Amino acid sequence: MGPLATTVTRLYGTRGWVTLGVCAFLLFVLVPLGNLAIPEGSIFHISTYWVTLIGKIMCYAIVALAMDLIWGYCGILSLGHGLFFALGGYAMGMYLMRQIGREGQYKMDMPDFMVFLDWKEFPWQWWNSDQFWWAMLLVVAVPALLAFVFGFFAFRSRIKGVYFSIITQALTYAAMLLFFRNETGFGGNNGFTDFKRILGFAITTAETRVALFAITGAALLGTLLLARYIVISKLGRILAAIRDAESRVMFCGYNTVNYKLFIWTLSAVICGIAGALYVPQVGIINPGEMSPANSIEIAIWVAVGGRGTLVGAIVGAGAVNGAKSFFTQAAPEYWLYVLGLLFIVVTLFMPRGIVGLYGQLREKWSRRAAA
Amino acid sequence: MSASFKEFSGGAAGELAPARIAGEGLDATHGVVLYLDDISVSFDGFRALNKLSLAIDIGELRCVIGPNGAGKTTMMDVITGKTRPDSGTAFFGQTIDLAQLTEAEIAHAGIGRKFQKPTIFERHSVFENLELSMKTDKRVRKSLFAKLDGAQQDRIAEMLELIRLAGSASRQAGLLSHGQKQWLEIGMLLMQEPRLLLLDEPVAGMSDEETERTAELFLALAGKHSLVVVEHDMAFIGRIARKVSVLHEGSILAEGSLEQVQADQRVIEVYLGR
Repeated sequence: MGPLATTVTRLYGTRGWVTLGVCAFLLFVLVPLGNLAIPEGSIFHISTYWVTLIGKIMCYAIVALAMDLIWGYCGILSLGHGLFFALGGYAMGMYLMRQIGREGQYKMDMPDFMVFLDWKEFPWQWWNSDQFWWAMLLVVAVPALLAFVFGFFAFRSRIKGVYFSIITQALTYAAMLLFFRNETGFGGNNGFTDFKRILGFAITTAETRVALFAITGAALLGTLLLARYIVISKLGRILAAIRDAESRVMFCGYNTVNYKLFIWTLSAVICGIAGALYVPQVGIINPGEMSPANSIEIAIWVAVGGRGTLVGAIVGAGAVNGAKSFFTQAAPEYWLYVLGLLFIVVTLFMPRGIVGLYGQLREKWSRRAAA
Repeated sequence: MSASFKEFSGGAAGELAPARIAGEGLDATHGVVLYLDDISVSFDGFRALNKLSLAIDIGELRCVIGPNGAGKTTMMDVITGKTRPDSGTAFFGQTIDLAQLTEAEIAHAGIGRKFQKPTIFERHSVFENLELSMKTDKRVRKSLFAKLDGAQQDRIAEMLELIRLAGSASRQAGLLSHGQKQWLEIGMLLMQEPRLLLLDEPVAGMSDEETERTAELFLALAGKHSLVVVEHDMAFIGRIARKVSVLHEGSILAEGSLEQVQADQRVIEVYLGR
């Protein structure tokens, strides 16, 4: 077997690859056909509402994977991952604002909010923002740089556990306050919206939406395989060892700061990419994405799905956000109660989450059978 | 002594010249592997170490005894970089100043440490525990693409034999008995190929038979490695001791053979007499 074939068989077994193949078929063939080729009256038609909703949830699932890498496998609970997601979203949003051109309310070259604030020229942050490649660079580089600098100081000072979590929470809160200000140059509390085009294509057409959906699906599958490659490597075993007994890892001769910094920065970059895919689909980005509650919700997705399993992160993001979409329409005032209750129930009765439920029940039954 | 011990220890102590035992990177031309001089450490006014001086020779097996709170664990913390001394110097060989290095760098330089409470990776398999502790390039990028070659597989297999866990290679380490965990941790230390092993209460919780085998192993290792053993079990000390240092209130009270220190009036007063 060649090295590629060996890697493929190491990543997942036959059943895993078949499942992934089915998912790929659904994402890249069935949903696009169901939306574009089948007329609206048919029961097989998949509405654009569903395409956008599932696309959005897939973005969340990518974030959940990033969270599982850092929390489930390395024991570092970040309560500020929404910040990296939002930064990726803002980087994409700047480009989308420039793509509006003169189609805004004021019919000017500059984005509406700048015209409204009576700005005559673009602030420095907007340099080159009309270039797509530059936006893509920022999507990766900004979360990476922030995560690296923050992580470098935090990990070097050996800040751990709940202290680390609280600081990440403070970080995203501080960023939110900063982005709320008009002077920051990112549209203040309204953020960016009213996008018209992406790469010249009209953003609201069904074709563009399906394309964004498929790209998001590819990003999700790619992230899953990358994360899987990492966690089954020796690096992954070292990360899990850091989670369980960090001092032993250090006394084995590993510089644990570098390991944590690597996975932390990678996790932030993945969040940034997810944010960049999210913004053109939902059509808005504002500082609310940086609110502490959003970041906590990411941790809940992973806890509900099952930590340290990767698949659990995707399942959790899907289950919680599916429930959220349902409740916010059926009974919006109860959603936060449901979310809180869900978190308590999972923490108390399902420590291994949804994907661990089967194993948990089987153990319980076998113990009962033995007794 | 079993065959595997002899093979592993590479013969009797006298056969190897000090420089060769010390290997690359470590300059031990004066025959001293570890040199602590005038080390003091205080925690909130409590003097854990008080002008402690200690020299360990190449290939030596040194036992350190002392009552609780004498500073034994703090001494190990200073040597392994976990605690920085307030004053004094700690040298590994002639040239490596331990105060300048991080825990990981000290481990890389060749000092292995076994903790008082067995510290292994409980959720990893026994095999993976040994794999992770093996001497190799331990940088992030290397770890991502690392693959075990045949020689490394063999080394792990040999170590599994030596620590009598060959039948439990794929078992989760957390499920081992206490004594087996102690042995696994010793095995992890040896996988690092250290010049100096610091062993904090290595036989705590072991059966008599396991204790006896541990004594055999340590005696076989002495010569090729230098060992510092901290232990409360006097029977075990009696079995392996050559030179014993008695630690009391953060400094060395007495040093010599076990008989000598046991006959020392001051030692009897502070420790053995109780």
